[in-house]
Amino acid sequence: MKAPRFQYLRPDSVEEAVAMLAAHGDAAQILAGGQSLMPMLNMRVASPDVVIDINRLQALAGIAFVDGWCTVGALTRYADIMADGRIAQHLPLLAMALPYVAHSAIRNRGTIGGSLALADPAAEMPACALALGAEIELASQAGRRRVLAQDFFLGLYETARQAEEMLIAIHYPIVGPVQCGFYEIARRHGDFALAGAAVVRRPAPAGGLPEYRIAAFGLLDRPILATRTAEICANVQTAERMNDVLSAFEADICAAGDIQGDARTRLIWARTALQRALEQLAPSPL
Amino acid sequence: MTEMTEITFTLNGETVRRSVPVRKNLVDFLRQDMGLTGSHVGCEHGVCGACTLLVDRRAVRGCLMLAAQIDGLSVQTVEGLAQDEAVNDLLEAFVARNALQCGFCTPGMLATAVELLRNPRPMSRAEIREQISGNYCRCTGYEAIVDAIGTVLDTRLANMQADGEVA
Ligand SMILES: Cc1cc2nc3c(=O)[nH]c(=O)nc-3n(C[C@H](O)[C@H](O)[C@H](O)COP(=O)(O)OP(=O)(O)OC[C@H]3O[C@@H](n4cnc5c(N)ncnc54)[C@H](O)[C@@H]3O)c2cc1C
Ligand code: FES
Ligand code: FES
Repeated sequence: MKAPRFQYLRPDSVEEAVAMLAAHGDAAQILAGGQSLMPMLNMRVASPDVVIDINRLQALAGIAFVDGWCTVGALTRYADIMADGRIAQHLPLLAMALPYVAHSAIRNRGTIGGSLALADPAAEMPACALALGAEIELASQAGRRRVLAQDFFLGLYETARQAEEMLIAIHYPIVGPVQCGFYEIARRHGDFALAGAAVVRRPAPAGGLPEYRIAAFGLLDRPILATRTAEICANVQTAERMNDVLSAFEADICAAGDIQGDARTRLIWARTALQRALEQLAPSPL
Repeated sequence: MTEMTEITFTLNGETVRRSVPVRKNLVDFLRQDMGLTGSHVGCEHGVCGACTLLVDRRAVRGCLMLAAQIDGLSVQTVEGLAQDEAVNDLLEAFVARNALQCGFCTPGMLATAVELLRNPRPMSRAEIREQISGNYCRCTGYEAIVDAIGTVLDTRLANMQADGEVA
């Protein structure tokens, strides 16, 4: 089908964009990469009165490393993040996860801000934001604020972003050397995940325990942090305990909400995804 | 009434100025207003890849951009590729290796392949298949398409080596 009628606005600055959002609120939709909004318009699942095209806001595109943070502008396209060698070095989890996002032509347009703003429960970038402890920066006419990823994803396509706010940037803390694992189960390459896991491990400081952050996605109405699983991972030292870890993962997921679809099958997929993600951690899985 | 907007852009090397309805997508605009029916329309939601073309040299879905958004940008369609010396080897390889049957997927497949082959690096057949996984072909079973892209890749890599561009 074809997109319905709408009014097309193209701001030249963030100030102009947030003024437009303030004026139109819920009746407006931001157009970033368009790789989700355009299908929604074409299928008439979305019919905003106003479309605000932010593609001229070049200030929102780009990657900067400053003072222990990596800041990725909301309008940065997946392909440009993948091509940046600093990401592979400092945020290897993103480098591992991005090839799973759709296909090259979609990644040439799709933006990281669009993915987080949309909050598809099966999407890779929201899960990575959780596992990496990212902060999401929002702007409105009232000013700017930063929201922790774990406080941002509230439910199915639902986030802490207010209608008059736009996503400006994602800030990832750079915490020194980490090991990462990422795995998802999907019907075909480039499809949204049926179940997936993202793992970040900070090596143990002298005399201490390693620190794990584990996100599960594709299972519930939103990506979640599996905190109990992370604790158990940090405390068990041998691979024979993998079963305890996987059982904790199931418990973490079930405690967080109702699984979409056949729960038994999806939990098996989830266990498999976590196990494979953990197996990618060098030198030993746990 | 549908809102209109003025756009100026480069189409296959020539500057074009047009007035377009803001809700019209790029591939419909090229087919209906510019008469370039080489780019095909399949699913209209980004899945099949038939509408894939090059915008500022990157492969994108023509059904997932508004025509209004190409103001100031440069578009290359399969009609432009046909005149482009730099990709002649790819077009010839598609013919030589029978990489098309009905041809519906071909314009999009070529746009994806052009970008893939621009900075050649050694790739396995499996990697090539993964790279074209966003373009559906209902006829060839993909093997012949991978043959064609693989042939061009090998030749380009060999030429680069001969020119001393690869260690
Ligand atoms: C065939 C296909 C396969 C795909 N497969 C995957 C996949 O495997 N994994 C995956 O994660 N995604 C996938 N996607 C979706 C793709 O990643 C989208 O690019 C992404 O979800 C949205 O990013 P966008 O920049 O295109 O946003 P848009 O489509 O432009 O916008 C999406 C939504 O976010 C809002 N928005 C965008 N930017 C902002 C902002 N800065 N501030 C506030 N709101 C904003 C928009 O108003 C809209 O509601 C796929 C898409 C297609 C077409
Ligand atoms: S018509 Fe654009 S991807 Fe199918
Ligand atoms: S040749 Fe017919 S769809 Fe590919």
